[in-house]
Amino acid sequence: MADLEVDFAGIRSPNPFWLASAPPTNSGDQVMRAFDTGWGGAVWKTLGNPIVNVSGRLGSIDHGAQRMMGLNNIELITDRPLDVNFKEITEVKKRYPNHAVIVSLMVESRDEWIDIIKRSEDTGADGLELNFGCPHGMCERGMGSAVGQEPDVLEELVKWVVDAANVPVIAKLTPNISDVRDPAMAAMRAKADAVSLVNTIQSLIGVDLDRLTPLPRVDAASSHGGYCGPAIKPIALRMVGQLGREEAFTLPISGIGGISNWRDAAEFIALGAGTVQVCTAVMHYGYRIVDDMIEGLNGYLDEKGMAGVSDLVGAAIPAFKEWGDLDLNFHVVAAIDAEKCIGCDLCHVACHDGAHQCIHLPDTQDQGIRVPWVDEPECVGCNLCALVCPVDDCITMVEKRRAEAPETWNDRVAAGRGHVPGGLADLE
Amino acid sequence: MTSYEIPAGRPEERFTEKYPLLSRTEAMFESARCIYCFDAPCIKSCPTSIDIPTFIRKIGTGNLRGSARTILKANLLGDSCARVCPVEVLCESTCVFNDSERPPIPIGRLQRYAMQHGLASDLLPKADPTGHSIGLVGGGPASLACAGTLALLGHNPVIYEKDAWPGGLNATGVAPYKLKLEDNLDEVDYIRSLGVEIKIGVEIGVDIAAEDLLGKHKALFLGVGLGADSTLGVHGAEGDDVVGAVQWIRRLKTDPTLAVDGVMHAVIVGGGNTAIDAMRELIGLGVPFVSMVYRRSRDEMSGYDHELSPALQEGVSLVENAAVGEIQRENGKVTGVHIVETDPNGKPTETDLGVLPADLVVMAIGQGKLADLVRQFRGVGLTAKGNVVVDDLMVTGNPRIFAGGDVINGGKEVVNAVHDGQVAARSIDELLRRSDHG
Repeated sequence: MADLEVDFAGIRSPNPFWLASAPPTNSGDQVMRAFDTGWGGAVWKTLGNPIVNVSGRLGSIDHGAQRMMGLNNIELITDRPLDVNFKEITEVKKRYPNHAVIVSLMVESRDEWIDIIKRSEDTGADGLELNFGCPHGMCERGMGSAVGQEPDVLEELVKWVVDAANVPVIAKLTPNISDVRDPAMAAMRAKADAVSLVNTIQSLIGVDLDRLTPLPRVDAASSHGGYCGPAIKPIALRMVGQLGREEAFTLPISGIGGISNWRDAAEFIALGAGTVQVCTAVMHYGYRIVDDMIEGLNGYLDEKGMAGVSDLVGAAIPAFKEWGDLDLNFHVVAAIDAEKCIGCDLCHVACHDGAHQCIHLPDTQDQGIRVPWVDEPECVGCNLCALVCPVDDCITMVEKRRAEAPETWNDRVAAGRGHVPGGLADLE
Repeated sequence: MTSYEIPAGRPEERFTEKYPLLSRTEAMFESARCIYCFDAPCIKSCPTSIDIPTFIRKIGTGNLRGSARTILKANLLGDSCARVCPVEVLCESTCVFNDSERPPIPIGRLQRYAMQHGLASDLLPKADPTGHSIGLVGGGPASLACAGTLALLGHNPVIYEKDAWPGGLNATGVAPYKLKLEDNLDEVDYIRSLGVEIKIGVEIGVDIAAEDLLGKHKALFLGVGLGADSTLGVHGAEGDDVVGAVQWIRRLKTDPTLAVDGVMHAVIVGGGNTAIDAMRELIGLGVPFVSMVYRRSRDEMSGYDHELSPALQEGVSLVENAAVGEIQRENGKVTGVHIVETDPNGKPTETDLGVLPADLVVMAIGQGKLADLVRQFRGVGLTAKGNVVVDDLMVTGNPRIFAGGDVINGGKEVVNAVHDGQVAARSIDELLRRSDHG
């Protein structure tokens, strides 16, 4: 059995699975039930000065038969009084001393920050997460992503907090920015202990075509919100990986964004995350999903011969490169297993209309299964056919290198062979 | 609500649907499972070549009118076909999922969902009026499909139906857990809304002569179906407790006076789908003991196994390789069916298999042909088996008379009749437009 316990920027947690600051961590009752179910940590629903919320707060998109591929919310921070929250956090920490309890915070002035940090620390919480990510409502008031999108402001605020705090400080970053390394480096300069990312992505989830109002509907109107759930995982994964491989950036990373199961978690960890935070999947299925996450990650680490989570942290980073460093001599072509083919011919139509016209139908009038064939010299190895094929391992991409030695685009440019014929310069 | 009168208290009303209408969530889930095959096998296995993956995709996007339009473009009786087609041996049997250990897409149920929610009389384009009148004899699926297509092509079709309800076997023959009389009449009303006139209670040769019809209309379509139940010439077969299956099912669907109270043992003779339907209906009405006598083996039955198997689970006993020797009576009432073994050709032998107790015997051994009716139409030829001879375009021996459905094939599915009717309509259209241009 691998060791799932983690030390994240000085915060100890029985496993790397934390609940993100969101409705699942709104109250002491919820967090305690989550810990009983197996969650290693919880980032409390963001505390700040009281707000009011609208009714009609969530919207989602389904994909085929799958509900809630993407979830959008226009809910603000906690709407419960601070004294109640502090009392419950104290109670939780007392009862669960070995679990990680992190308090998420969002206030405006320096005095408010200093005040709320002290009160948060008095609960016995293990760390603080600064919500610089919320992309709706709060940012209109100069908080949340309004801070996260301005690295200089973020740096200043983190300094206030770090000066005042005695527990580890995690800066939560917004993805609504052109280069996430800018706010991350600002947090590091300000001596934050860690970063967490991503917060939700600015979004408009849809339009009610009967009423012609955007969603989620608040009477006759709506507002943009924050997007999360499985649909955003690739965006979050890239941002985490981008920080994970940045040599100048050395802070621990808590990965967030569409993590629904142990595989997602393992991918974030492999790209540099020390812990992961989950929200949407719990909002969909409940705390119970953590059981499989613990088992699955454990099994995976055992299978890979890794003693603990730290062995996996960043393991895929060396292979996360810029395009110009990819081997141009690597070449794959599609191979269709006629035994497995069920004759849907989606590979044919996808290749014919959406790729490189190299998968053809047999010229036969037989009523049986029509197995398409690949015109190998024409196949560029794009993978599309294998992606659309509904049968496991029916289409495989077979490696047929163009040359033994690897050569990247950057190698070619360096060797003075960066000219590709057929460009403007070659025109008459 | 249909404009036709339907008597209340018909036995078929007691049956619940075997496959109820899908809910929206169910329909969305199933449509999402469809992978939208290219040039899909299900299309090729539909006799009317409905573009199935396309109509299913439209369900998924909420484009239900478009979905119904896709179905109707290929099959004007898309609603009844959705309910009565043996999808297990047609479209669903060729779903690619069958080759991948996944249940096939429930195409019939999705088609019904699309028709239920998307059907409207303005879905298909209508050609400018041509003024041509076409007479259609018989109001079953072949004629309805033919007439609807003709109306959309701008012609004036008139259906002559001898019964009180149009629809043919869709009205009076389909198992009630698949399609009830009023459901069929809703579809008939849709066909009428396209511009089809239907005269009911009109019998050819009685109310109007075939020759007069030819004089009245530019072209005729014969969709008269089949004749009365065949009878067995055995001792004891005469009496009202030995009934023909088609006639009995007709009463089940239309006659409130049909009752099976007191029937303890029913014996069905035959191995086709009509026999199986009658059997399942008798069970459904509460007859405690139902048995089926078939002169060959189960494997040789023309009835579908997907219909027979549930009936056997419901408690029917099947006697294979047996024929009726005689029907025993006491005081005029049927008491049993004496059965004998058959030879490999299905012919009765001398080997006695004993007596099955019975107080109702249902004969499902086929239907006669309406050769006498057909012969009234000049030039229309018949095969030795009594089927009307047509070419690929559904033209009979008389170039102005077309035919389709059971009258040409001896008894196939509703969807085959629809196909025939639609092919005939286009042939008739071609003929009339040619004559317009001299």
